[in-house]
Amino acid sequence: MTIEDELHNAAPAKLTVDRVTKVYRGKRQDVKALDDVSLTVGEGEFVCLLGPSGCGKSTLLNLIAGLEQPDAGTLTADGELIEGPGRQRGVMFQEHALFPWLDVTQNVLFGLNLKPNLSDEDRRGVARAFLEIVGLTPFANSGIHELSGGMKQRVALARALAPNPQVLCMDEPFAALDAMTREQLYDDLQKIQQQRRKTVVFVTHNVREAVCLGDRVLLFTPRPGRIRAEFRIDLPRPRNINDVAVAQLATTITTELKRLLKAENV
Amino acid sequence: MKGSLTNTGAAVRAGAGGGRDAWVAVVQAVVFFGVVAGAWEAGSRAGWWNPVLIPSPSDIFRYIGEALGKGELQSACYVTMRRLVFGYAVGILLGIPLGLLTARFRFAANTLGVLALGLQTLPSVCWVPLSILWFHSNPEGAMLFIVVMGTLWAVLLATDHGIRQIPPIYRRAAATMGSKGFHLLWRVLLPASLPHLVSGAKQGWAFAWRSLMAAEIYVAISTGYGLGHLLHFGRELHAMDQVAAVMLVIIVIGFAADKALFSPWERFLRRRWGLTV
Ligand SMILES: Nc1ncnc2c1ncn2[C@@H]1O[C@H](COP(=O)(O)OP(=O)(O)O)[C@@H](O)[C@H]1O
Ligand SMILES: [Mg+2]
Repeated sequence: MTIEDELHNAAPAKLTVDRVTKVYRGKRQDVKALDDVSLTVGEGEFVCLLGPSGCGKSTLLNLIAGLEQPDAGTLTADGELIEGPGRQRGVMFQEHALFPWLDVTQNVLFGLNLKPNLSDEDRRGVARAFLEIVGLTPFANSGIHELSGGMKQRVALARALAPNPQVLCMDEPFAALDAMTREQLYDDLQKIQQQRRKTVVFVTHNVREAVCLGDRVLLFTPRPGRIRAEFRIDLPRPRNINDVAVAQLATTITTELKRLLKAENV
Repeated sequence: MKGSLTNTGAAVRAGAGGGRDAWVAVVQAVVFFGVVAGAWEAGSRAGWWNPVLIPSPSDIFRYIGEALGKGELQSACYVTMRRLVFGYAVGILLGIPLGLLTARFRFAANTLGVLALGLQTLPSVCWVPLSILWFHSNPEGAMLFIVVMGTLWAVLLATDHGIRQIPPIYRRAAATMGSKGFHLLWRVLLPASLPHLVSGAKQGWAFAWRSLMAAEIYVAISTGYGLGHLLHFGRELHAMDQVAAVMLVIIVIGFAADKALFSPWERFLRRRWGLTV
């Protein structure tokens, strides 16, 4: 394999979630985090999972990532059963989850080092390329604690993208950032998605964020976690979170979400 | 993106100016010890106390010079360090894997873990009488045993604790990049517990050093005299300059070894993690 192959974007995968149920067994009571949930995500589609906290969004994302196993139902990526975590599906969490014993470049290299058939030089080249993409070249040798919150999430994005996954799972990756940093990252993420199209599953409880980023927004309601509505977002890209069209659509979705939650008495 | 970089780029690059601070620290320490030694010497010469009971700095350094001339001090240092390094290495090499076991398996935690907690509270000098009996024909074995007992439990418990406190998110993130088994252990779990490993190793070193001194003072030996023996003979001969000199050497070696062994790790932790241990 050459560095050109490696930098060439992997074909995004199609995801299917078929009648998936997930129950967490508790001491006092069991929690049905997901109840009979089905969906498909097309190749290269950007899907946002939206809903109040506790409605099973993270659970679904973890199932897709392979970090958890369903109690019923199946999940597949390009027709293959998802049986565990793997580098075909990169994950970004709300906490940056970067390794403090490694510097920025070494963090980006972590997943690359686990890929066979690459020379160390190629790996370094790929890491450099992704640090460039997220705009952190000057910080290549910094320690993680030296970075701001937004920069840490950029490194986490570069680390998730570097092994060239087909799917990117993002669990409220910007929720802990201030508004200005977040807006910058919306722009960057859209730009990156244009260059290196991935199938993206993006969890958020921020309606505007979902409208700004998603091709499609799925509405969740809790207890038990279910998908109750979906919205296709056909606004032109790149989108700005402060656009009137985004705000209007966000209002429509918020109204619908409130109606659903009220109907369920939660 | 450029704009955001300068905005969010207010990254803390602290730690500059450390060079001057270090010099100030050295100068202060040197002046302090110089004044203390000077006053002590002056007091001894003025006859304020009995020079046999409290030898003057010049007597102490004279003894050190003589002992170095005879090669006695070097050989004692060598013998002691050999025992210490060997016992310490055994303690570390046993303690880390056993700590991994107790962190990983409930059964090991309930058995070995409890044993470690108990034995860690026992000052390892308390092993001296038993080990003399057990290893009566093998004094080196007795000392090794005492040093290992001093090191092992602290290292085991620190490893166990270090592994347990790893935020689960590290494992999960590593798993999504395909890390598992030995790779996970070597590249994630051990480095993630490094701050605890370093402080455990440091504590183990302190215990090992103390217990070896005790062992050398107590265990009659034919296989080489260490610093503890020089101290012991000094007492028997009522040579307080020897006793004080050996004490000084023990302090200096302990201090230097601590710096040489642990300062690089602590610097790494500070620089990379932004931690002070
Ligand atoms: N590991 C777990 N053990 C027990 N309950 C859990 C666990 N993870 C999530 N849950 C429960 O499952 C439900 C859905 O959680 P989650 O998927 O994290 O929701 P969201 O991400 O939408 O906030 C919540 O009620 C939560 O308390
Ligand atoms: Mg969540």
